[in-house]
Amino acid sequence: MIGLAAAGLLLFVLPLAGLIARAPWGQVGPELVASETASALGLSVLCSLTATAVALVLGIPLALVLSRTTGTARGVMRALTTLPMVLPPVVGGVALWLAFGRRGLIGAPLYQLLGIQIPFTTAAVVIAETFVAMPFLVIAVEGGLRAMDHRYEEAARALGASGWRVFARVTLPLLRPAIFSGAVLCWARALGEFGATITFAGNLPGRTQTVPLAVYVALETRPDGAIVLSLILLAVSLAILIGMRDRWLGSL
Amino acid sequence: MSLRAAIKTSRSGFALDVELAAGAGETVAVLGPNGAGKTTLLRALAGLIPLEGHVELDGQVLDDSATARHVPTEHRRVGLVFQDHVLFPHMTVLDNVAFGLRAQHKRDASKVATEWLARAGLAERAGAMPRELSGGQAQRVALLRTLATEPRLLLLDEPLSSLDVSVRAEVRRELSRQLSGFQGVRILVTHDPLEAMALADRLVVVEAGRIVQGGSPAEVTAKPRSRFVADLAGVNLLRGRGRGDHIELEGGAIVAAPEAGEGYVFAVIHPRAVALYLARPEGTPRNVWRGRAEDLDLQGERVRVRLSGAVPLVAEVTPSAVRDLHLAAGAEVWVAVKATEISVYRA
Repeated sequence: MIGLAAAGLLLFVLPLAGLIARAPWGQVGPELVASETASALGLSVLCSLTATAVALVLGIPLALVLSRTTGTARGVMRALTTLPMVLPPVVGGVALWLAFGRRGLIGAPLYQLLGIQIPFTTAAVVIAETFVAMPFLVIAVEGGLRAMDHRYEEAARALGASGWRVFARVTLPLLRPAIFSGAVLCWARALGEFGATITFAGNLPGRTQTVPLAVYVALETRPDGAIVLSLILLAVSLAILIGMRDRWLGSL
Repeated sequence: MSLRAAIKTSRSGFALDVELAAGAGETVAVLGPNGAGKTTLLRALAGLIPLEGHVELDGQVLDDSATARHVPTEHRRVGLVFQDHVLFPHMTVLDNVAFGLRAQHKRDASKVATEWLARAGLAERAGAMPRELSGGQAQRVALLRTLATEPRLLLLDEPLSSLDVSVRAEVRRELSRQLSGFQGVRILVTHDPLEAMALADRLVVVEAGRIVQGGSPAEVTAKPRSRFVADLAGVNLLRGRGRGDHIELEGGAIVAAPEAGEGYVFAVIHPRAVALYLARPEGTPRNVWRGRAEDLDLQGERVRVRLSGAVPLVAEVTPSAVRDLHLAAGAEVWVAVKATEISVYRA
């Protein structure tokens, strides 16, 4: 039993050890400022933060509605919001393509009426990342809402606060821990997004080539660059893991 | 200011059907065992749950199911004080007290809130967070937060029950003082008779979603109409059918009582009027039954003996009587009550 456990642990440890052992530490500085790396990094930060912001704006109201829905409607809504968590990202990318592509459900009228084309743009990266990452936020916030003592909201209403004031002054502040951990998880997922992005947004350096895509491409041509970028993503993951070790899975 | 309410609501197998009226400056205590529907009644008055019926405050209709009228909680000007303080944990004491004033767009909300705190002797706690307060302080702040909004109707849900016994008396005094200065209608929900007696002008006893008795504390305890009230008044309550000079209990036992009359009646017997003997007593008491001491409970100078038998009663005797009778749990005794010690009234 212990041997199997050790083998399981090794499966996690060995690749990380390989990454760190093979890391071209002397190259980290130069690689970081290399134009391709820098633009991938910048694009990743921009897109993942934007996706997180969109997820916050859309996901918190969605969580509120979800937490107040009961019965079959709740089951259906819940299944729909959690689907992207279990759906292979490539399938997500294909689905996004069919919805927002030039001949897609929404994409076709958008293109014909307004001349707007979403695929292969930075916006497409943001949409793909939001699609894949927002469920993490919704689930964390909904969990927070369900665990919340709703008498605070009732007390606020009895004191004369309107619905909006109750939400802004009482509900949101009380949800802050759940929103924070949800947003961090959402951002981490968005940052690592690969499958849906490459399918829906393509792999255009400077426009849609985020860090995970750059790693994939660079592994063929510039392995050192791929390793440096991988190290960066690893460092971010570790930082999140350490920073949120108490509330991470607890809030899910 | 006055409140008139006729409330019916049912949720998950529990039904509440209550009519309630209260005048300005009057404190009505809604008393009842846990699960009787007291909190549901308060939530209905506050507009937090849908109801069938009618709620009117100062002539303004707050709820009327016939015309589908419902004034939302935030526009009712009702004050709600919870069992535990429910202060907003992310706001200072001052911001908590000012919250309602700001919600009503009152000017100088902070200044007014500060004055409320100062009057209650809590000025130096204005900057504290709720978690830094003692239980008693927190409940006092919660009361101020509600009173500062000048509600027309004050709803207090077991405001003392979560406090330690040691601070309860202090907070009860403060509550009593604050209530006497409050002009509106006050409804206090409690399962603690002491709290009800200390704070209320009038009691309404609710059991299983219905009002079983109402009146002044003295009236209610003098003529209990339920086991719950009899227990809190510390008396024995029997229910049976009057047959002229005796009462026939539901189990078939006969209780002699000169004024039993006819029809269903309640009979109250004070535990001190219940005498215990080892042998069947010969003498004037006309009520003599076999009984078995189930348990003994020393209360101050007295021992309360719970008796089972055809007529289940509680007797109150002296510790020396317990010694003389060799009374212990399980002991068989003779129980005697003078017919004149039984007060009878219509059920």
